[in-house]
Amino acid sequence: MTDRDIVLEARGISRAFPGVQALAGVDLTLRAGEVHALMGQNGAGKSTLIKVLTGLCAPDAGSIKLLGAEVAWHTPQQAQRLGISAVHQESHLLPNLSVAENICAGRYPRQPWFKGGGIDWPETRRRARDLLSRLGIDVDVTRLAGGLPAAVQQLAAVARAVAGDARVLILDEPTSSLDAGEVQALFRLIRALRDQGVAILFVTHFLDQVYEVCDRMTVLRNGRLVGEYTCGKLDARGLVAAMVGREIVEAHKSAAHAPRTQETPAALSARGLARRGALEPVDVEIRAGEVLGVAGLLGSGRTELARLLFALDPRDQGDIQVDGQPVRLEEPADALRLGLAFCPEDRKQDGIVAELSVRENIVLALQARMGLGKFLARAAQRELADRLVAALGIKTASIETPVGQLSGGNQQKAIIARWLATRPRLLILDEPTRGVDIAAKQELMGEVLKLAADGTAVLFISAEIEEVVRVSDRILVLRDRAKAGELPGDAGEDAVYSLIAGGMAAGDA
Amino acid sequence: MKRLAQHALFWPSVTLALLLVVNAAFNPSFLAISWRDGHLYGNLVDILNRAAPLMIVSLGMTLVIAIRGLDISVGAVVAIAATVAALLVGGGFSAEGANTSEHPLWFALGAALLAALVCGLWNGVLVVHARMQPIVATLILMVAGRGIAQLLTGGQIITVYYPPYFVLGSGFLFGLPVALWIAAGLWLVLQWLATRTALGLFIRAIGGNPDAARVAGVRAADIALCVYTFCGLAAGIAGLIISSNVKSADANSAGQLLELDAILAVTLGGTALTGGRFSLGGTVLGALIIQTLTATIYSLGVPPEVNLVVKAALVFAVMLLQSAEFRALVARVARLRAGET
Repeated sequence: MTDRDIVLEARGISRAFPGVQALAGVDLTLRAGEVHALMGQNGAGKSTLIKVLTGLCAPDAGSIKLLGAEVAWHTPQQAQRLGISAVHQESHLLPNLSVAENICAGRYPRQPWFKGGGIDWPETRRRARDLLSRLGIDVDVTRLAGGLPAAVQQLAAVARAVAGDARVLILDEPTSSLDAGEVQALFRLIRALRDQGVAILFVTHFLDQVYEVCDRMTVLRNGRLVGEYTCGKLDARGLVAAMVGREIVEAHKSAAHAPRTQETPAALSARGLARRGALEPVDVEIRAGEVLGVAGLLGSGRTELARLLFALDPRDQGDIQVDGQPVRLEEPADALRLGLAFCPEDRKQDGIVAELSVRENIVLALQARMGLGKFLARAAQRELADRLVAALGIKTASIETPVGQLSGGNQQKAIIARWLATRPRLLILDEPTRGVDIAAKQELMGEVLKLAADGTAVLFISAEIEEVVRVSDRILVLRDRAKAGELPGDAGEDAVYSLIAGGMAAGDA
Repeated sequence: MKRLAQHALFWPSVTLALLLVVNAAFNPSFLAISWRDGHLYGNLVDILNRAAPLMIVSLGMTLVIAIRGLDISVGAVVAIAATVAALLVGGGFSAEGANTSEHPLWFALGAALLAALVCGLWNGVLVVHARMQPIVATLILMVAGRGIAQLLTGGQIITVYYPPYFVLGSGFLFGLPVALWIAAGLWLVLQWLATRTALGLFIRAIGGNPDAARVAGVRAADIALCVYTFCGLAAGIAGLIISSNVKSADANSAGQLLELDAILAVTLGGTALTGGRFSLGGTVLGALIIQTLTATIYSLGVPPEVNLVVKAALVFAVMLLQSAEFRALVARVARLRAGET
């Protein structure tokens, strides 16, 4: 590769948002005919960099050269006119328009016989058909986009992005909702575009996909550039280390087959738990008084596992046993009855009922289990809420304060209090410390350990490996929506990292 | 005083009081109540009696709106229940004095309420299980229901000649209208359910955040189904009262536009149309406000052709009075004026 091939060169890009420096002096170089991976954990600055490149937000500092000439753009339309297109994870196609309409949207061919005439529909369809067949995508362009499988929509969205002769194509987590076969179809398209000389920026959380399709990568951490690497030079373990900012000393390959710590019967066990597009079949077993940590990168299936165990999403397969008995577990109300509890990842969306009081939020699950027939009297409600507010140190003006007025950490504690009130057999905590300040974080972790000591089984999910290692008796490691292995709690962070980095690292080494 | 002003029912009460004062100003005898023919008599009693069906329908509507739903078919359900009851009671003039019925009264009333219950269940199934938008799902019955009622009557107005049937709509018990007793009883039962059982908590949780309620194990689907079914039943009860009051069932006009009055009553009472926050007492006040409005228009002698315009203007004024933003604006303007002088 020579400098002649450089299509886009960004230097020293910085951008601050209120209270956070999202990007600080980041460089990025994209070359024609190359697939370039942009890697980093949550909050590393990937999204902000993409927004800068696509004109969604302006950088505070830094310069961007396109084909050697310094340029600036302020809107996505300007960026597109310069040949920079993006396909985002969620903005697929307009479901109520046909594929052809979607592909030509914004640049419909006009009927030639009078000026400013109507849209030339046959020509629209012809162009869409030409484009798709050139890219090897086989789809009827007259069909409504909404009726197509997610994968085909994704391919068509990529086609739309390159329809205007894109020089730079940005793919932001394009594979997060595709299964293995669909990913391959997308990769064929990516390779075809690469061979046509398009510079492609590929953002993903799936490490193996990076090594499969990318030539080079740029790693960000906390808004700063860690470095640019060619994929052959940095193995998966090195990449994870670069992303999390920690050197991995050595791999514990044998740790994946650690012996079971105890032989008490499982409080809950799931065999072959799976849901298409969310989780490959996984076996989970968790005993009373045990903290089972779940570690993995975003998109590894952490949250999906929790949602399937609590029956928030229907599972395609898998048998679940509680105390050795097969059980009916089809909806959250069943899970509640079986003594499961679930603190969801998204506190606002799935956790609190903001306008209800702290007391009402705390008694909600217990009252739901008691049903309509038995009413927890007001006095009993107050006593329960007072006790849990004190026990968890929830800071609130009164138990009658709407929970929405509490700080994030205290809202989180209120949700944990809600579940403690049901005296659960198994408590599933999905990222319980996210967005919680350090002091509250320590208190929460202390509560989790206390619960386990009292005999509650705890499934602890966190993106912070350090936290998982500190509290867990065993650690289940997920990678690419499948179980990568299981480690004893004392295995150490490095062992977890190398398992997250996966078999590739071991194979390459 | 300040705490009083912050009470949820403060502004609806003020509105109702203002309307009564306006009436009293124009017609000093408006507030007069006397004892006549063994029961209370006067404009106020009349308003209470006429407001009863709207109260009942609005109470059902309150719960539906509280769980982020809507039921615009209540008017049609009123027509169905009225028609079924009138057809089954039937009866006719006879030389002995017109007190025969086709079927026993309990059977006719039961069948009418069952029909209304089924209507509500149908709405519930469409919304909860077929996952249709509430306004679309209930629009089906709103249109079809009146058609069904007309089909049953063959397009005729069914007149009832069986006096015991008239008790519901124009009878009196302990000096007060029977319809009012029914509405008050229903209100008390609901109030009890909402505050002394878990139903109120569940409904507010579902309305406030349906996803969170589901995660907390609340059986939101079952509760929603019950709420829609109850709303249908309430409309059925109102239908019986209305047809009993006019001694006939008119499939075409019974309960016409009642759904809009019910939504208005619920809104006036301070229930959030976005779900979650609801007030049964507020709804009762809302229904009374609407009926008083109607009475006001008649008592002011507004010509029938401008009737609707006057009602619209009054509703607009009432809504402004109830809007916290508007009151804040008025207060700001008043302060500015005071500052100038």
